[in-house]
Amino acid sequence: MTTTTEPSTGTTMSLSRALNTGLRAALADDPAVLVMGEDVGTLGGVFRVTDGLAAEFGSDRVMDTPLGEAGIVGTAVGMALRGLRPVCEIQFDGFVFPAFNQITTQLAHLSSRTRGAAHLPLVIRIPFGGGIGAAEHHGESPEAYFTHTPGLRVVACSTPADAHTMIRQAVACPDPVVFFEPKQLYWERGPVDTDLGSAPAMDRAVVVREGSDATLLAYGPTVRTCLDAAEADEERSLEVIDLRSLNPLDTATVAASVARTGGCVVVHEAPVFGGYGAEVAARVTEHCFDALRTPVRRVGGFCAPYPPSRLEHHYLPDLDRVLDAVDRTW
Amino acid sequence: MSGAEGQPLRLLDAEGVYRDHPDLRADFDEAQIRGLYRDMAMVRRLDTECLALARQGELAVWTPLSGQEAAQVGSARSLLPGDMAFPTYRDHGVAWCRGVPPAALLAHFRGVAHSGWDPREYRLHPYSVVVGGHALHAVGYAMGAAAQGTADAAIAYLGDGAMSQGEVNEAFVWAAARRAPVVFVCQNNQWAISEPVERQSAVPLAERARGFGFPGVRVDGNDVLACRAVVRDALARARSGHGPTLVEAVTYRMGPHTSSDDPRRYRTAEEERVWLRRDPLARLRTHLSRTDTDPEKFLASVDEDCDALARELRHACRTLPDPRPGEIWEHVYAQTHPLVAEERGWYADYLDSFEETP
Repeated sequence: MTTTTEPSTGTTMSLSRALNTGLRAALADDPAVLVMGEDVGTLGGVFRVTDGLAAEFGSDRVMDTPLGEAGIVGTAVGMALRGLRPVCEIQFDGFVFPAFNQITTQLAHLSSRTRGAAHLPLVIRIPFGGGIGAAEHHGESPEAYFTHTPGLRVVACSTPADAHTMIRQAVACPDPVVFFEPKQLYWERGPVDTDLGSAPAMDRAVVVREGSDATLLAYGPTVRTCLDAAEADEERSLEVIDLRSLNPLDTATVAASVARTGGCVVVHEAPVFGGYGAEVAARVTEHCFDALRTPVRRVGGFCAPYPPSRLEHHYLPDLDRVLDAVDRTW
Repeated sequence: MSGAEGQPLRLLDAEGVYRDHPDLRADFDEAQIRGLYRDMAMVRRLDTECLALARQGELAVWTPLSGQEAAQVGSARSLLPGDMAFPTYRDHGVAWCRGVPPAALLAHFRGVAHSGWDPREYRLHPYSVVVGGHALHAVGYAMGAAAQGTADAAIAYLGDGAMSQGEVNEAFVWAAARRAPVVFVCQNNQWAISEPVERQSAVPLAERARGFGFPGVRVDGNDVLACRAVVRDALARARSGHGPTLVEAVTYRMGPHTSSDDPRRYRTAEEERVWLRRDPLARLRTHLSRTDTDPEKFLASVDEDCDALARELRHACRTLPDPRPGEIWEHVYAQTHPLVAEERGWYADYLDSFEETP
């Protein structure tokens, strides 16, 4: 058994480590919590998010599973029905689809189907997004499939601080939570405050940079892209909002910003058509129609399967494409 | 226990004559046999009434179980109170044995609720509609029960069609790897709507279990005593930490797939006649008539109970209250969700706007 010192307030660590400490706290706080997935035990996860947890909490609470995503989520549903709080890891975004039926027809429906008798406090962690030079099916952004499914809560973290607090909030949440983790930011370092009391609620969007000329809406990996774009823009003052929660959407925070700036760009890596940004654009239009100078602009992936990694820098929204869209809000 | 291939295990032959089997422990007394007969007769009557209610338009659809009473009652009566059952949409006999009231059973089929009972109260999961999706839930539930140090077991009901589903096969992998206290009862009723079982499997279904690493048993699904004995022993095995068992109950869906189905399009009347002669209810009745101390009185009392159940069902069906529109949003989430609250409020106002002003 390894002993790990809990990080104190303001400790700097990577996003992967912040998730790790969050999961450790969740496991320590509640004996009903367990972590399960492919290679999460002995190996500590391919991104080391569960590093050391099996040694600390045992292989029954940090469980290496057979290689089957439907099996991971399906058995987790059964465990939740028995009173446990499983945290499932799907190893990569593109591997979630074998579990799609379990997530959308089973997990998401069971509270309604049982008229509230069944609670499914399940977390499904999914590393998502591209930009790491990975192979096919390792760079996708499948969030819109899940935001479209009532019964699920869908969140995405973008900083070590949020990674730590949001994973703990997700584990404590009585509803199923699909938890997206930005792969390309796993090794980004930042301060982490382990005091949950000072953290914003899981379903709140956060203004991460204040500005007055246009609002950039982002989540997961594109938060950093938007912050870089705002920093690079010397002429205009750009506000950046990290949506954090995709379902529910914190419409009030978004609308308050756009009503003030009059311009809105929503940025994600997933294909634009039918993507999450379409929903955000529609909501912003409904709430801020009179304030908007132009239609809400969307920046994202193209109408093509995620490309081979030598082409991904063309496919992924970058600083220039974000600023090009900002140009078109005038 | 033997019997993954070849002749299914059996205690009552087609003529209702009891014959000992070396692999089956069958020490059922008269009260137990009467109880099994009563259950089977009641669910047969429930089935007949509900099919009629569907034909009359009182139910949106009905999924008849006739022919499968022995497999359902024999297995479900082997469960202990703490065990959890995960049924399919045809397992009304299982619901009956778990004590679900008839009105609650009808809620799904009348369209007033997706499921009419509290799964915790009756230890019965909602009917599974997406075929095979619940097999993994049973395994996970069993894993949870074992992790909590209890002796509770789970039972997953499957049809022959579900045996082709990937999720069911994953459930077998998980259950074997974790030695989960779960029993899979596959009612092989020969038909997955119009697909005969021989078009779905190159081997007897029970034989597949061996490849996953646990026993598979073929039992005569129209012999309630054999089903009762086999599933009881499989549950005991699961409880004692020896892992899962696949029980293939060889039976027949005597009626249509649902009230909307027409089996004449895919199977012959001759086949139906052959299986009618193997009717599980008639078989046990013949046995009872020969062995019971007062069969006439007992069978008459069951008939009375069946008539009372039929009346209760018809009344319950027609008096099931329609749900309120607000129920659409009631349990989507356990915790407050702003969009759900917003839509619910808007729709209530919208409906109110139609109220006539005097």
